Amino acid sequence: MAYEFDFAATLEYSDLLLKGAGFTLALTAVGSVLGIGLGIACAVCRAWGIRPFNWIATVYVEVIRNTPFLVQLFFIFFGLPQMGVRMSEWEAAVLAMVINLGAYSTEIVRAGIQATTRGQIEAGESLALNRFQIFRHVVLRPSLQRVWPALSSQVIIVMLGSAVCSQIATEELTFAANFIQSRNFRAFETYAITTVIYFLMALGIRQIFNLLGRYVIARRPITGRAGA
Amino acid sequence: MTEFTLLDMLRGLWSGLQWTVLLSLLAFVLGGIVGLLVLFARISSHWLLRSLSKGYIELFQGTPLLMQLFMLFFGISLLGLDVSPWVAAALGLTLFTSAFLAEIWRGCVESIPRGQWEASGSLAFSYGEQMRHVILPQALRIAIPPTVGFSVQVVKGTAVASIIGFAELTKTGTMIANATFDPFVVYGLVALGYFALCWPLSLFARRLEGAFHVTR
Repeated sequence: MAYEFDFAATLEYSDLLLKGAGFTLALTAVGSVLGIGLGIACAVCRAWGIRPFNWIATVYVEVIRNTPFLVQLFFIFFGLPQMGVRMSEWEAAVLAMVINLGAYSTEIVRAGIQATTRGQIEAGESLALNRFQIFRHVVLRPSLQRVWPALSSQVIIVMLGSAVCSQIATEELTFAANFIQSRNFRAFETYAITTVIYFLMALGIRQIFNLLGRYVIARRPITGRAGA
Repeated sequence: MTEFTLLDMLRGLWSGLQWTVLLSLLAFVLGGIVGLLVLFARISSHWLLRSLSKGYIELFQGTPLLMQLFMLFFGISLLGLDVSPWVAAALGLTLFTSAFLAEIWRGCVESIPRGQWEASGSLAFSYGEQMRHVILPQALRIAIPPTVGFSVQVVKGTAVASIIGFAELTKTGTMIANATFDPFVVYGLVALGYFALCWPLSLFARRLEGAFHVTR
């Protein structure tokens, strides 16, 4: 008994798949902007040892990096309502992604900040830049530039990880796939097509980050790279 | 109606935790073996092997683990074989692990200076001898910290196996949470279980990194 593949039965639902992919991308976009923002804030706390925040950020990073995303999602969506914090599946998914990415990007950005040499900061001081200007132009931008490839990889990992958000009924791509295969009973074909879509989205995100890295993060060419 | 005590919860979660450990170990060991094969293909001189293994790595790194499990789960049953969640989970995690380990190890092998290859080549070592006596022993030293670090990802990855019905820690947690209506405590404990497995590994990896850094 040979199995006959029927991809057309899934492609009938391509509008659903595209909608799901759009939701996954939207989830990723919001999650990565807020998550990287949170990561930068925590990285500053950790790198400069701003006392109670430093401690809190350390615990946060260790707890999140050593537990699965799925469990974090379940804790937020099923556990928190018991404490009176109620949220929709979308809010829970975004929150879980922000918290998860925040922890990883803290460590990534911190590595970048710590690679800033003392001389760079002194050079900034000798140019009469104030503390905020030094942080922005001398510390943060070059740091982000250094760790940009690692950050983009992490965003892709989070995007792929968002597939499990279907488990709390967030209507993203995997949810759409589950819905379709329950209608047409073509599980293999449906998941194969969905996998290809995820793969293409991962490639696309990589390209977008490369462009952002080149034209936004490294707007000005840096001469004499720190630590080189 | 039966009352669930905290002890009942812990007993249930403990059995789930054991399955998580078992699945992680299996995936890590098998993934390591497959990963080594993929690594050799990835750094071989034959273009076909190189591009096949590159595609393999890209495929498993560029798609969600959940999709890989679904594909295996439904793909194998298309062949007329009956797949238990056990087989699908173990197989899926093995493939996932092998792709990542192969890529991690490739970085380690490629960080061995070119001169080492040339020196051992000039001693008339064959490719196999070069690998065995010169390159791999050095690469192994560099590879240990990131490999231990990656084991944390494997343990966390097993949580996804709960979705295809494998009764490990997360799945046990879900079942207990549904029975007790106490998801806050149950998922808190589940998270604690993973943390207890992963944190020592993370610390160990970090310590190894420090230790290897000083001597290098």
